[in-house]
Amino acid sequence: MKKLVCILVIALFVLHQDWWLWANGDLVFGFMPIGLAYHTLFSILAGVVWALAVKFAWPSDIEAWADATDDTGDHVAVDVAAPVEGSS
Amino acid sequence: MSVVALYVIIGYLVLLLFIGFASQHFFRGTSADYFVASRSIGPFMLLMSLFGTTMTAFALVGSTGKAYASGIGVYGLMASWSGLIHSAVFFLVGIRLWAIGKKYGYVTQCQFFRDRFQSPTLGFLLFPVLVALIIPYLLIGIVGAGAVVRGLSGGMFPEAFAGIPHPVREGVMLHAGAIPPWLTGLVICVVVLTYVFFGGVRSTAWANTFQTIVFMITGVIAFVLIAKALGGASAASQAVADTSPKHLIREGMIGKWQFFTYLFVPLSVGMFPHLFQHWLTARSAKTFRLSVIAHPICIMIVWVPCILMGIWAVGNGIEAPGGNANAILGKMVGQLLHTPWLSGLLTAGILAAIMSSLDSQFMCMGSMFTNDIAMRLKGDAEWSDRRKLMTGRSFVLAIVVVTYLLSLVWNKGIFEMGVWCFSGFGGLFPLVIAAIYWRRATRAGAISAVIAAAATWLVLFAKSGYGGEYLLFENTFGDAHDGIMPVAAIFAVCALTMFIVSLFTRPPDADTVDQFFPSKRS
Repeated sequence: MKKLVCILVIALFVLHQDWWLWANGDLVFGFMPIGLAYHTLFSILAGVVWALAVKFAWPSDIEAWADATDDTGDHVAVDVAAPVEGSS
Repeated sequence: MSVVALYVIIGYLVLLLFIGFASQHFFRGTSADYFVASRSIGPFMLLMSLFGTTMTAFALVGSTGKAYASGIGVYGLMASWSGLIHSAVFFLVGIRLWAIGKKYGYVTQCQFFRDRFQSPTLGFLLFPVLVALIIPYLLIGIVGAGAVVRGLSGGMFPEAFAGIPHPVREGVMLHAGAIPPWLTGLVICVVVLTYVFFGGVRSTAWANTFQTIVFMITGVIAFVLIAKALGGASAASQAVADTSPKHLIREGMIGKWQFFTYLFVPLSVGMFPHLFQHWLTARSAKTFRLSVIAHPICIMIVWVPCILMGIWAVGNGIEAPGGNANAILGKMVGQLLHTPWLSGLLTAGILAAIMSSLDSQFMCMGSMFTNDIAMRLKGDAEWSDRRKLMTGRSFVLAIVVVTYLLSLVWNKGIFEMGVWCFSGFGGLFPLVIAAIYWRRATRAGAISAVIAAAATWLVLFAKSGYGGEYLLFENTFGDAHDGIMPVAAIFAVCALTMFIVSLFTRPPDADTVDQFFPSKRS
């Protein structure tokens, strides 16, 4: 399913380029320019595809990695002592 | 607009302050709570914070103004790309940075990049670049608010505000009796400053949630009422088809390459320092799920009405005051809706969209200065929580004053300036991608990439006339309006520099890099 989600995301990138509607000024439902209606539908599809991504491609390994810590909220990061700078 | 509308706006601002102060009830008095709300924000509030923060004057005022000038293609340029790409960035970058931020207690972007690349220099280099890019973003909000309120309040206070002389027609005053932008800017700066100053990021999350709900609801109400005032949505759109059909299409208005390369603009959310800070407030990784799914839909709910209102203004002969497209939404509300309390509520909704971005931006500036500059220069050990809070608050105050003063002399278009601001952040996107997905990325590569991106941005920004619309390779694609967006070039330069310099410099220490790649140590 992860592959399918990837394919769907790539498909959305391609479908964004609706050059076939470039000069079409028809009104859908009597008020919506067809180019705007297409991209409105595109936005809804994007939400659906991301819902599939959340369902089938959720990075649970990262969640577990972060949750395994007992963070206190203070900055306790890696030591970045000045001498490291320029040592490469 | 009548005094009743003004009372509604004042009432809204007072309510906002009340919510900001109410959130303080949960303030734990620590710097971690002030800067990242003790990482306790839930899914709905995170969605509202992220969405409210990304939707500013650029979305409401700028989109309507840009549609008024360039037609429906503006939605595809920004909104539908943003719906796809913002969620992608939340999913691929936001969750990972949240995890790293939680594990190591980060508060700002510079802390992360400094540690990831083992380079204090990179932190000091990034700070001024990020601040320089975010100040125009702040200005967009303040100037946008001023334009809207001026458009709405025309003729309301003729004795107090005489207006400004017409540039061509002698003896004619523009915006006579309207509330001037300096006053609107002053009021919203004071309101935002007040709740950010006392409640920190928790106040901004609460205020953002409230304000995002307000501007989404009022936006839909404005759309419905304006459609009704124009004789219905069908009649309003038909008027556009009859008088200015070019606003219903993209041919001749927006080039195909421009349309495609706009995809690099919304990548900016991956480098926005204020979004980084909001990501860190999430209670868990699962908190992101709602934002990833609902963000494109929320964008659609706000942008579609704005685009339609922008083109309806053209078709129905509503002219932007003084030729300023930024003021068209305010003009429509003022001219077409004659219910004072409703005009006031809609104005409050527009101000809500603007302030919900300003607060996060002010907040992150204070966080960055405290954590990335002051604490680094003085040494972490000397800093008590109380001192961190005081420093953060002082810098927030300073940046509000500076931004407000700059807004008084700033005269660029909101949409164009917004795009330049986003182009800078979008151009830096390869930096964060390399940091979290490419183990081979080196300190020299990162520093070079930031310098190269900043230099490219500066050159192109200057070539645009310092904030105008500008396309690379314009007129070379067989269409007079086509070309490549500058952000694509900045992105390419940044990515190539990062890649090439990293390959030719010594790989980073494996133990350090392992700490930032979950798959290797979980």
